[in-house]
Parts: sequence; C-alpha cells; structure tokens
Amino acid sequence: MTVLDSRVPDGPLATKWEDHKFDMKLVNPNNKRKFEIIVVGTGLAGASAAATLGELGYRVKAFTYHDSARRAHSIAAQGGINAAKNYHGDGDSVYRLFYDTIKGGDYRSREANVHRLAEVSNNIIDQCVAQGVPFAREYGGLLDNRSFGGAQVSRTFYARGQTGQQLLLGAYQALSRQVKAGSVELHTNQEMLELVVVDGHAVGIVTRDLVTGEITRHSAHAVVLGTGGYSNAFYLSTMAMSCNATAIWRAHRKGAFFANPCYTQIHPTAIPSSDEFQSKLTLMSESLRNDGRIWVPKDPDESRAVADIPEQDRDYYLERKYPSFGNLAPRDISSRAAKVVVDEGRGVGPLKNGVYLDFADAISRLGREAVADKYGNLFDMYERITGENPYEVPMRIYPAPHYTMGGLWVDYHLQTTIPGLFAIGEANFSDHGANRLGASALMQGLADGYFVLPYTIGDYLAPQLGQPKVEVTAPEFDEAEAEVRGRIDHYLGVGGSRSVDWFHRELGKILWDYCGMGRNQAGLEKALSEIPALREEFESDVRVLGSAESLNSSLEKVGRVADTFELAELMCRDALTREESCGGHFREEHQTEEGEAQRDDENFAHVTAWEWSGDSASPNEHREALVYEEVQLTTRSYK
Amino acid sequence: MNLTLRVWRQAGPDAPGRFETYEARDVSPDSSFLEMLDLVNEDLIAQGEVPIEFMHDCREGICGTCGMMINGQAHGPQALTATCQLHMRTFSDGDEIVLEPWRATGFPIIKDLVVDRSAFDRIIESGGYVTVDTNSAPDANLIPIPKETADLAMDAAACIGCGACVAACPNGAAQLFTSAKVAQLNMLPQGQAERYDRAEHMVEVMEEHFGSCTNMGECEAACPKGISIDFIAMMNKDYRKAKFRGRRSA
Ligand SMILES: Cc1cc2nc3c(=O)[nH]c(=O)nc-3n(C[C@H](O)[C@H](O)[C@H](O)COP(=O)(O)OP(=O)(O)OC[C@H]3O[C@@H](n4cnc5c(N)ncnc54)[C@H](O)[C@@H]3O)c2cc1C
Ligand code: SF4
Ligand code: FES
Repeated sequence: MTVLDSRVPDGPLATKWEDHKFDMKLVNPNNKRKFEIIVVGTGLAGASAAATLGELGYRVKAFTYHDSARRAHSIAAQGGINAAKNYHGDGDSVYRLFYDTIKGGDYRSREANVHRLAEVSNNIIDQCVAQGVPFAREYGGLLDNRSFGGAQVSRTFYARGQTGQQLLLGAYQALSRQVKAGSVELHTNQEMLELVVVDGHAVGIVTRDLVTGEITRHSAHAVVLGTGGYSNAFYLSTMAMSCNATAIWRAHRKGAFFANPCYTQIHPTAIPSSDEFQSKLTLMSESLRNDGRIWVPKDPDESRAVADIPEQDRDYYLERKYPSFGNLAPRDISSRAAKVVVDEGRGVGPLKNGVYLDFADAISRLGREAVADKYGNLFDMYERITGENPYEVPMRIYPAPHYTMGGLWVDYHLQTTIPGLFAIGEANFSDHGANRLGASALMQGLADGYFVLPYTIGDYLAPQLGQPKVEVTAPEFDEAEAEVRGRIDHYLGVGGSRSVDWFHRELGKILWDYCGMGRNQAGLEKALSEIPALREEFESDVRVLGSAESLNSSLEKVGRVADTFELAELMCRDALTREESCGGHFREEHQTEEGEAQRDDENFAHVTAWEWSGDSASPNEHREALVYEEVQLTTRSYK
Repeated sequence: MNLTLRVWRQAGPDAPGRFETYEARDVSPDSSFLEMLDLVNEDLIAQGEVPIEFMHDCREGICGTCGMMINGQAHGPQALTATCQLHMRTFSDGDEIVLEPWRATGFPIIKDLVVDRSAFDRIIESGGYVTVDTNSAPDANLIPIPKETADLAMDAAACIGCGACVAACPNGAAQLFTSAKVAQLNMLPQGQAERYDRAEHMVEVMEEHFGSCTNMGECEAACPKGISIDFIAMMNKDYRKAKFRGRRSA
C-alpha cells in the first residue's frame, strides 16, 4: 500500500489556489499551439474544458459518443447550480459554501479542492450569464435563487427546470465557436475504447466510430477524461441510457487508480418503478422539496384515500426527525429515511414502494398559479409518466441511484495516477466526499472545465515544449487496437442465448440489493460471489447480433456492460473494506442508536484508491490521508 | 395490450429500406413507447433477428436524441411530447402503429429509425453563440435583464434540437430550430454585439442544408417543447436588417 500524494500546495487555505496559479509553470501563448490535447467527453466538464483550451490556443481534439455535443447526460440536470454570490445578503460566502460542501460530504473530501471549488463558483455564474444562459430573474431584472438540500442559504441559480440543459448548451455553443475557429476538432459518434500509455504517460486513445464501425488511433500530449459517472451500474437509475464507465474503466486497467467506488448517491426524489420492464427512473428535482412536504401514513394498514387521511394520522417523518432542515435534509439522509418507512410497510402506491411528496399546503399558501410557475414543467412530466395529476393528488417518490462521488483518483491538478491523464467532472472522485449536495455537480463540472484544468494542465505540458507527440504507429497503439478488435470479435462470436440488457438488469439487481442504500458484510460477500458467477455466464451466454461495420447498439452495450461487471465488483469490495458509515455509504453494522450513519474518523478519514492488479478479485489498495486544517470533524447533524 | 408494428428497416445509408411487421405482445399500458420497443427488440434477439435501431438517450424529453414518425406524426399523437415521453396508455389494444425515421433531405438515414442531424451543429457553429472567452465576463448582476425578456429567451432556449420541426415540415425546412437560437441570443443584451451577423450567418448555413419555409406552421404543431413560430418572424426581421445593413456598408 502506498500513500498517495495529493500535491496540495502549502500556504493558507484561502489563498492556496491564487498562490498556486502564480507558482505553476506556464506555456506561453505562442507555444500553446504546439501542444495537442485529447478531451474525451463533451458534457459540462468536457465541453467547457475543450472550449477553454481552444480559446487559450491549444490544439484540441474532442470526442463524444453522442451524435452531437449538444447532448450529454448533463442536459438532464433540472434543479440548479450553486454559487457563493450572496446576492440575497443571507450570509452566504465562499467559506460557507466550502463548509457546507465539506460537511455535506460527511468529512470525506479534500479541503483544498473544495475551497477552490467554492472560490471559482462565482466566476461560473458570470461566465454563463455572459454566454446568454437565461437564468431565472426577479422582477427587478436581477438573478433569482432558490434553496437546495443541505444548505440554509439561497444560493442556487436556475433556468426554469432545465438548468443543466441551459448550461450545457452554453458550453456547447462556446465549443462550437472553437470548432468554427479551427482550434477544436470535434469527433461525434466516436467512442473511446482504450487508453494508450507509453513509458508511463498517457499519450492517446483508440476509438470506434459508432456509425461506420471504423477503429481509429489518436495521439496527443495529454488526455483529459470528462466521461461522466457510473450510476448505470445499477441498471435502473436516473442516468441517461447510454451513460457508462468504459472510458474510466479502461484507464483504470491501464494504471489510473479508482477512488472510493462505493460512494454512490441515491437521490431521494425519483418516481418509483411501476413494473419489471422499466428501463430507467425519472428524477423529480430536489427543488420540489422547497415547497413539497414528505409523508407516509402512520399506520401500515392505512386504506383510506389520501385526501381522507387526517393530519394526525400522517407522519411527516423528515420534519419530525430533522426539525431544523425538515424536508430539505441532505440526500443521503432523506433517502435512508424513505427506505426506513417503506421497509416498515408504510410505503404508498399500488406496490407500496413510495412516499408522498405533497403540495397541498404550498398550493393553499401560494396559490396554484405560483406553484405552476415554479414547478409546472416538473408537474407535467410527472403526470405524463404516471397518469396522475400532482396538483390534485400528492406525488409518489422513492430513492434512485443518481450520482457517483467515486471515480478516478486525481490530485490537486486533476491529474490521475497516470501522468498526462486528467479526469474532470463526475468522472473524477474529487470534491463531494461521501455525499454530494444538490446543485454542486454542475458547479464542479464547470469549475473543473472552465477554471481549473486549463491552468493545471499547463504545468504538465510546459516541460515538454519542443517534444513531438508519440506517433500512432508506436507498438503500444498496435496493442491497444488489437485489444479493442479482440473484444469486438469475441462478443460477436459468443453466440449465446441472452441479450446484453438481460445481464445488465440482473447485475443491477445484485448491486441494488447488496450495495445500495443499506450495506452489510454478509450481503456484500454474497454480491462478491454472485457478480463473478453472473459474469462468467455473460461471457459464455450473451447474444450480440449484427455486424461490427455498422451502427450496432447491442455491440456498443456489450463492451460497456462487460466493464461494468468489473467495476461492480470493485464497488462491493470497497464497500466491504470501508468498515464505517459515511454519507451515501451506509454500513448497517455501523449506525447510532437512532439509526444515523456512524463514521470512524480514527480509521477511515482517508480516500481509498484501488489499483488494477490484472485480476478483478484482488485489486491493490492505496490511501490518501484526509488532513483537515480548517474544519473540525464533527458528527453531521441536521436536527 | 397487444399491438402490430410496421417498422421501417434499412440496413445502412445506401441500402434499400422496407417496412417489416412485428407483433408487440403483453405491453403494459404504463410502459413508455420506447420500453415497448425494447420489448420488441428483446423478442427479435431471442428469435435471432437483428434488433431495430432507434435514437434515444435521456428518456425524459430533454436531450433531444429520440424521434421518429409515429403514424405519420413526428413524435406521435400527443402534443408537446417527445417520443420517449409517450406512454402506451395513449394507444389502444389491437392498434396498428407505423414507425418511420425522420424524412428530410437535411437528415440522411443512417440505419432503421436513426438519422444524421449534424447539419444542426453546422448552423450553431456559424453563429449560435456569444463571443466571450472564459475569464473575461463581468459580474453576472451588472446587467439587469427584465424578467419578461429572460422568460421569453428561456422559451426559445428550451429547444432540444430533436429535428421534429424539420421532419414535420413538407419542405424539410429548419426555420423553427434556427430561429429559436437566433431569437434567444438576439433578444438578450449579451447577444447584441453580434446580433445581425448571427442572424445572417445562421440563416445562410441553414439554407445550405434545409428546404425553404412557406409558413405552413407544421413545425410548431410537432414541436415537443412548444417553440413558437413567432421566433421565425423575429429571425427574419433581423436577417433582413442584416442584409440591408450589408448593402449600405458595401
Ligand atoms: C436527472 C439528473 C438531474 C441532475 N440534476 C442536477 C442538478 O440540478 N444540479 C447539479 O449540480 N447536478 C445535477 N445532476 C448531476 C449532474 O448533471 C452530472 O453530475 C453532471 O452533469 C455530469 O457532467 P459530466 O460533464 O461530468 O458528464 P456527462 O454530462 O455525463 O458527459 C459525459 C460525456 O462523455 C462522453 N463519453 C462518455 N464515455 C465516453 C467514451 N468512452 N467515448 C467517448 N465519449 C464518451 C459522453 O458522450 C458525454 O459527452 C443531475 C443528474 C441527473 C441524472
Ligand atoms: S424547434 Fe422544437 S421540434 Fe425543432 S428541434 Fe427544437 S425542440 Fe425539436
Ligand atoms: S430520449 Fe432524450 S428527449 Fe427523448
């Protein structure tokens, strides 16, 4: 086991980033065009990074498997983005945003990164507004804010219920400007299937064109991954259908350590599933918890219609358990509380698998119109899916896999353990600790892409001035391409009896049952024996039809699911190793008498980073100690 | 419920296409339209037939990836609803449903129900942005924007780039898509400096790829996000001004 060096600069927390920007090596403007950078992913993180690198003068090649950079999973973010503007004078500050994020992450994130995130949060809003992002405004014409879980100030900027869409389109447009200017070469419909490492440095990738099947090699001076999270490991999640972990997993197999894979966020407010064949879960934005009240009947055998259940027979359990945060308790806490009441048999709906999110009070207080103005599109979406009208009957919600705090380990420069390989956005593990607060992922993705990576990457590139990039004829490229082709041929040749989706669904069930909202040793051990067994079946019984030379979505999926099998095993192993409860990681053995998460700071105030050993059953464990200079570790309380 | 599907199958961009008939059995009325297609594909795979390729990603009406002609209507029968948000309760047991890809010269077919919409990206690249480098923005609250303007800009910005407007248009015109972006940026203070160049360049690139607008209004009816054709009028006005300005300075 090695102890990882996070390269956090010395000096006081508040000025570390500013001082460090001055200390880092620079590439002068005229030399920037001598460097080529590959950016994989054009979500918020990737698009903002590629656009900014292009503006700075680097030659950028950007890749996405989507048919356009206007689409990425980021587009689905509804609620908003945080910033410490304190426009409303309610006492917000960079320090408070920093503090809330550290506390929200249950003291499992790196102080210096989080402080930097809070510092640049304000620049993000300025940048996006200048791009024409139509954030919501007050009647006076100034920017409006709302509140999100885990915060007692109003610091969330939003664009109706489509904040992610508007931010992504802003970044996409900035990227399009660079494409037009010729500084960014954009490759759509291209999936990265291998990372190429030469002499320990990341120098390129191998891609497959999803439309023609063509396999291509690309080399550069550095590679950036902004390829998103891995909640789709659970099969049913709020992620877009094609989200997957292949890019980060292939990098992991080439030497990038994977940090805290068990830190997954189960979002409290998704629409409960209605049947076996459901393909995804739809999120109802957390912003609804600003005005909606969450409850279940007190009696598990309650049989009256909702409207006939009197106040005294309802249990507003969040307000009861966490009076100061109430319905705005953080996500991990709200999700677990919902699981508790459903497990007690007090769930609502035909399958008794949900809790009520009730707007009756808000409608009588604010009027139907005001509620419609704030949440109209979410209400419509709910009605379209369930056939029920939430103005008249309460919504039914239940937790769903939503975000992964774990990801590739990166240092303060956002560089992975492979020099020259950087990871940004949800793909890295950096800022959210064991639990992410609402409206902080968009902030982090854009902080990484617009304001952090474009500087830190210069420090890596500067000493390489004058060195040509590695040629794609290098033997390492031959090997990587052979690996890609080998996998494609293998899966087309299995000729088994079951579809890729069938296996993915079964894998998801194992993860959800044993590595979901509640985890324990026996369950995790069971998962660790069931996953390899299912994988073996997958390897010999999966059926992929069609050819490799044309659009073939089964072929795309099979490689992704194969990687997910290995990742799923690592998630369970990490969960088993972390003998404490923190944030989204709840080990049933470690809870207080009241059923709250019990951390073990003495033994677990560290990041666990796993190294691929060649065998998914025996990864090597490494650690980064989390040193807190500024905040004191306390028991998180939202009471 | 049980349904009969007539689906356009086409192996590749240059291959001939034809309709194939499939039965969708035991479909839950609560399932989504795309989940119904998943089920049909599972059956096809079980029978050793290559599954139907269709476009989708978010499955919640926001990414703009999905889209097909359902019984001759872009995104199907329900107003303001993308294909992925359609639910089977909109249909009845025993229905026959005809599925075709978007058909427009600007959107060549790639395979089955999948088309190439990259021409939309060319339009945005030609001017659908505000020129502002990272790190050069002033404080966000420096320019107050009246709420009505911000809201109207948001109405236009809600376009998801699905292409239903083009598919629904008898001329295969892309005015609704293009105008949504032109109008959003041109009505905001941030977009003023490039206002007329933007309108000019985007309209011209649009015309290279798509048919011309004859004010049929089919686009607005098909649009899942309710983008208004009023934006087309706004775009045309700015385009005319750009041309007039161009003549004056020439
Ligand atoms: C429903 C929903 C609502 C949310 N709401 C909010 C919110 O209100 N506020 C908030 O802060 N956060 C929210 N989040 C979280 C947030 O949206 C995401 O964490 C964030 O957008 C991730 O951005 P990203 O750029 O890291 O990744 P993504 O947006 O997932 O982008 C990944 C990119 O990588 C590409 N890619 C991936 N693999 C490959 C490969 N192998 N080859 C080529 N390209 C590849 C994809 O094509 C895509 O371009 C929400 C998430 C969900 C699911
Ligand atoms: S204008 Fe409407 S129909 Fe056209 S691309 Fe945009 S959302 Fe789709
Ligand atoms: S799949 Fe995203 S809009 Fe339909």
